[in-house]
Amino acid sequence: MQLQERLETLLKNKFADAFISSETSYDFPVFVLDKSVLYDALSYLKSDSETGFAFLTTLCGLHYPDNKDQEFGMMYQLHKLETNERIRLKFFMSKEDMKVPTITTLWPTANWMERQEYDFFGFKFVGHPDLRRILNMDEMNYFPMRKEYPLEDGSRDDKSDKMFGR
Amino acid sequence: MNKQEEFNTTSESEKVYNILNLGPTHPATHGIFQNILKMDGEIIVEADPTIGYIHRAFEKLAEHRPYNQITPITDRLNYCSSPINNMGWHMTVEKLIGCEVPKRAQYMRVIIMELSRIADHVICTTIIGQDTGATTGFLYFFQMREKVYEIFEEICGARLTTNIGRIGGMERDFSPVAWEKLNKFMKEFPEFLSEFQKLIERNRIFMDRTIDCGPISAERALEYGFTGPNLRAAGVDYDVRVAMPYSSYEDFDFKIPVGQNGDTYDRFMVRIQEMWESISIIRQAIDKMPEGPIHADVPEFFLPDKEEVYSKMEALIYHFKIVMGETAIPKGEVYHSVEGGNGELGFYLVSDGGRTPYRLHFRRPCFIYYQAYPEMITNGLLSDAILTMSSLNVIAGELDA
Repeated sequence: MQLQERLETLLKNKFADAFISSETSYDFPVFVLDKSVLYDALSYLKSDSETGFAFLTTLCGLHYPDNKDQEFGMMYQLHKLETNERIRLKFFMSKEDMKVPTITTLWPTANWMERQEYDFFGFKFVGHPDLRRILNMDEMNYFPMRKEYPLEDGSRDDKSDKMFGR
Repeated sequence: MNKQEEFNTTSESEKVYNILNLGPTHPATHGIFQNILKMDGEIIVEADPTIGYIHRAFEKLAEHRPYNQITPITDRLNYCSSPINNMGWHMTVEKLIGCEVPKRAQYMRVIIMELSRIADHVICTTIIGQDTGATTGFLYFFQMREKVYEIFEEICGARLTTNIGRIGGMERDFSPVAWEKLNKFMKEFPEFLSEFQKLIERNRIFMDRTIDCGPISAERALEYGFTGPNLRAAGVDYDVRVAMPYSSYEDFDFKIPVGQNGDTYDRFMVRIQEMWESISIIRQAIDKMPEGPIHADVPEFFLPDKEEVYSKMEALIYHFKIVMGETAIPKGEVYHSVEGGNGELGFYLVSDGGRTPYRLHFRRPCFIYYQAYPEMITNGLLSDAILTMSSLNVIAGELDA
């Protein structure tokens, strides 16, 4: 809880208008910021002496098709190994503007993680050195983790379960 | 001009490189990995890994399955230590629903997780031995993995893809035969391990072969998101079991072995020492094993006994709800990580209250640290690249999800 309050003050001072909300979800402080400060916020959290969250645990994409103009989101989890503090940051964007600044310059490990999110959601990581599909085949023409794509090929009907299907 | 002609042409002004396809199926890569290597003689100039050969869309699949049906998916991530993945998933859901698991179940989980860590490290260390030419380890010490699998078989009925434990605890107590096998293992294993260690650890040929082979510095390893034994080999003492204790790991007294140079030898030694620590943890867990229930009182998640299903109304209702996936799940988002065989295995779960997760993201340690592989093998020999890969213990299932 103290961690959340402390960082909230710091982030509010630094990115006054871009700070949207913060909460503690289970054991994680979660901060939602505007996408315009994505790179600056992560770079600030990584390098500043007051923050120092130097380890990128993971990042992943989110898709909420019902949130108007906030359909897609990116989640980043940072870890400060010295004090063992972990935080989560979220940035939301509309489906028309899926450009996200790359953080491969901050953490080389973001390279494949970002490629994976491009592969599954279609985020355009601006400045990424090698933005290709990573797990799916290169010829694929859609982004399978988006909610509108069914689990299986929608054209087949041999598996429909009319009695218990939902 | 095709590749062969290009290779045959000798040019004075231009250096000619040879393109070598290592994999996707190659007996020395222990899994489906492809690396397109640009070679200058025997020196690797550039490496381009291609992954995704066994991608099975786990994250998408998980969005369409009830919570208890996701456990078998996690089996297939790091299939060398599936119980750790299972437990990690159970603990993630338990965190989401706010369920306190009884001590006995937690200790049982610790025993199972440490056994699977041993199985995982047995595979990795013997394969390092195999790739350096010490076949004895692979043939002789590898049987210990079989003994671990026999214990798993006795506990849950399965060997490799275990689906062990349930949300809320364990599905059944250890049977007398399981205890017997476990105790026998605890007697046998230290002898085998010290014998293997004596055979390999100070062997001049092994040391010459592995020291300074595929090294990575601590700074670089952290930038690349290394966790687990590979990070500890580089000298950073980060272990999820100690940093964020789960399943009563705070009750046990154990050390975190660290290396210095982050080379193949250090990765080997860290794993050997971790097996000793695992043995000590299992011994403490057996000694301190508390009595009590083996699962929490969460009828909406824990499948009731068959006897009760046939005789009690509530049990029948809950049985039906669980099997049909109609359990009410609270809304929320939760991240839980466990120390897997290869590092921090994390589950990021977003629930919107539906019967399936809204989003489930796996933090797969192999996927994250394998991207450092090209950097680690560049300017090294091809045979060192093989050894580096086995010492990183890259598991194809975890890499490709």
